[in-house]
Amino acid sequence: MAIYLDHAATTPMLPAAIDAYSRQMAEIGNASSLHAQGRAVRKAVEESRELIARAAGCDATEIIFTGSGTEANNLAIKGFFWSNSKKNTIIVSTIEHHAVLDPIEWLAEHDGAKIIYAPVDSRGVINLEALAKIVNENRDEIALIAVMHSNNEVGSLQPISDVVEIAGDIPVHTDAVQSFGKIVFDFAALGVTSATVSAHKLGGPLGVAALILKRGLDITPLLHGGGQERDIRSSTVNAPGIVSFATAVDQSLMNLRDNYFKVNELATQLRNAIKAGIPTAVFNGSSEESLPGIVNVTFPGTKSETLLVRLDLAGISASQGSACSAGVQRPSHVLLAMGISEDDADATIRFSLGSSSTEEDINTVAKVIADVVEKAKL
Amino acid sequence: MKIVAAMSGGVDSAVAAARIAEQGHEVIGVHLALSSNPQKYRSGARGCCTIEDSHDARRAADMIGIPFYIWDMAEEFHDSVVENFIEEYANGRTPNPCLRCNEKIKFAAVLERAKGLGFDAVATGHYAQMRETELGRMMYRAVDPGKDQSYVLAVLNEEQLSGALFPLGDTVKDDVRIEAKKRGLYVANKPDSHDICFIPSGNNAGWLRDRLGADNGPIVDEDGNQVGEHQGAYTYTIGQRRGLNLSVPTEGGIPRYVLKIEPKSNTVVVGAREALAISHIEGEKAIWCGPIPQSGVAHRGFAQVRAHGTPLPCEYRTDGKSIIAELDEPLFGLATGQGLVIYDGDRVVGSATVSATK
Repeated sequence: MAIYLDHAATTPMLPAAIDAYSRQMAEIGNASSLHAQGRAVRKAVEESRELIARAAGCDATEIIFTGSGTEANNLAIKGFFWSNSKKNTIIVSTIEHHAVLDPIEWLAEHDGAKIIYAPVDSRGVINLEALAKIVNENRDEIALIAVMHSNNEVGSLQPISDVVEIAGDIPVHTDAVQSFGKIVFDFAALGVTSATVSAHKLGGPLGVAALILKRGLDITPLLHGGGQERDIRSSTVNAPGIVSFATAVDQSLMNLRDNYFKVNELATQLRNAIKAGIPTAVFNGSSEESLPGIVNVTFPGTKSETLLVRLDLAGISASQGSACSAGVQRPSHVLLAMGISEDDADATIRFSLGSSSTEEDINTVAKVIADVVEKAKL
Repeated sequence: MKIVAAMSGGVDSAVAAARIAEQGHEVIGVHLALSSNPQKYRSGARGCCTIEDSHDARRAADMIGIPFYIWDMAEEFHDSVVENFIEEYANGRTPNPCLRCNEKIKFAAVLERAKGLGFDAVATGHYAQMRETELGRMMYRAVDPGKDQSYVLAVLNEEQLSGALFPLGDTVKDDVRIEAKKRGLYVANKPDSHDICFIPSGNNAGWLRDRLGADNGPIVDEDGNQVGEHQGAYTYTIGQRRGLNLSVPTEGGIPRYVLKIEPKSNTVVVGAREALAISHIEGEKAIWCGPIPQSGVAHRGFAQVRAHGTPLPCEYRTDGKSIIAELDEPLFGLATGQGLVIYDGDRVVGSATVSATK
């Protein structure tokens, strides 16, 4: 039986979310239409918006639905940059997802943006002193600061409230795609200007996500058209996706505490099993301040590509943490930023657990891991 | 058997993979990423290392129903194929990068990684045949003479060949396309790849000039008189006639050909076609696809010096490390660096890199 330990890539849809999706698909109507059917769809969308807002600690009007987390990140970054013509500097942490790094690098290549990278420590946590120095030296030039809420590869949580304090009145965007639904995320309490959340990381469907954007703020849209979503994201509203997203959020929040402890316990068991089989294994990331289900581990002297193929052939799905469009594995920029050598980064894989993971999954990995690693040695 | 099917994203390797999977072997499909930046070698549907090609390979593997992986061979490819290509040209030789890729990448680095994963062999969509004979497992030409690729595989030694499978050697190309259609592989109508995959523009001279610099120099005749100017001696090849732009015509307008490239003096020597005639070929770094022919005695066979060149009847001798072939009829224009492949009938005996001719 296939053992799925790549929940950070995407996690199975919750049955209730599948039901909600199917039910809404059977409903006719464009949420922007004024007639009865349109109003009914609009009502379902707005109720969903309110539910997600409550869960995320924001106002319903602050939620702008998008087609993906990548889109939401692009919208925030390009939107802030383009709507503030006076400031051209963007501060970004070195461990962001490509959906944040690449639009910023694109702006630098094509639109005169200046990037300053904010370093992280060996646990993959942003260095606040260094950040404060960068911000204070460039304060008048900074259009945006982007620091993720938690890292997708190693799981390290970032001190976002401190980042916001350092930023003062500079906008702060946080990519909370990996956090939302797994740990407490409160938009208002954090004080960030914008945040990205996504449905498929918490048991909702693919193809729906949201940018949470402080009310009253006007950023330049990427998509122009019918003026939906505060005129910031035109497109016919994806009602089934949004309703299903809300259902998944509801379930995740209801079970947040139980899932957190369950997943955390399984991850600990997995770490122990790996350590027992391969004493030289090294775990990366912060051991305390971390997402519950991420086990990022280096097996010195191996190649991740070989490890992953061997695991896959043994029916176990893990990943390297990031893959480019052609599927080519590259040493992770996150691990390199944490000061890990290229060889070790290339010998690292990520197991990520979810609420549907079981003790049996862990036992199966425990049985094969020593053999897999031994055979993957160069 | 456990077999790695190398899948370029083209029709041939897809059908080859489908055939071995159907025979009941345990098969995985592997696409080789040959550039760390796939856009850099981008070449539409002609090459074999674009993002689109890797998607095509993945879809074909899905349809065949085998697991699919991408293996990053960019560094190995750059070091042993691209660098070698540039270096050979810089030394006034004319290399064949497909030979190097088969020798160093597809049946070396890939085969090694496959064996490391517990696999027995690598299968490709090359057109050549492996046959069991009383002398052991031997390589023969494919049944489709127009597609035969035994020439570019003649750089594989016995050990490499023992881990190589060419499931298409017994089929003509047209039938492979028909079979691909029947199998529902949508790459069935994909055009054949041509040119050098890492020079998508097809402008080899321009590509080399970008890397080696445009170093102008004289074009001289056999007596040493300057008759023109060139923009980098390495952009010429022995036997070339076109594109010389000579300023001094010959008496009677007899066309001139590139006879010699002298990288040290950055000189290109041109002359009449007769001066290109050679019948003695020396090759170094011999590789044997089967038993080594007895040394000290002359053997009858055929020499082939280009991928789709004519087999030339010859007598050859070897000391195991080099090959000397005496052609029955002279050949016009052969550059050093090209591959010399010796055939015994349709059987591939071995190969060497041309080092001298006369």
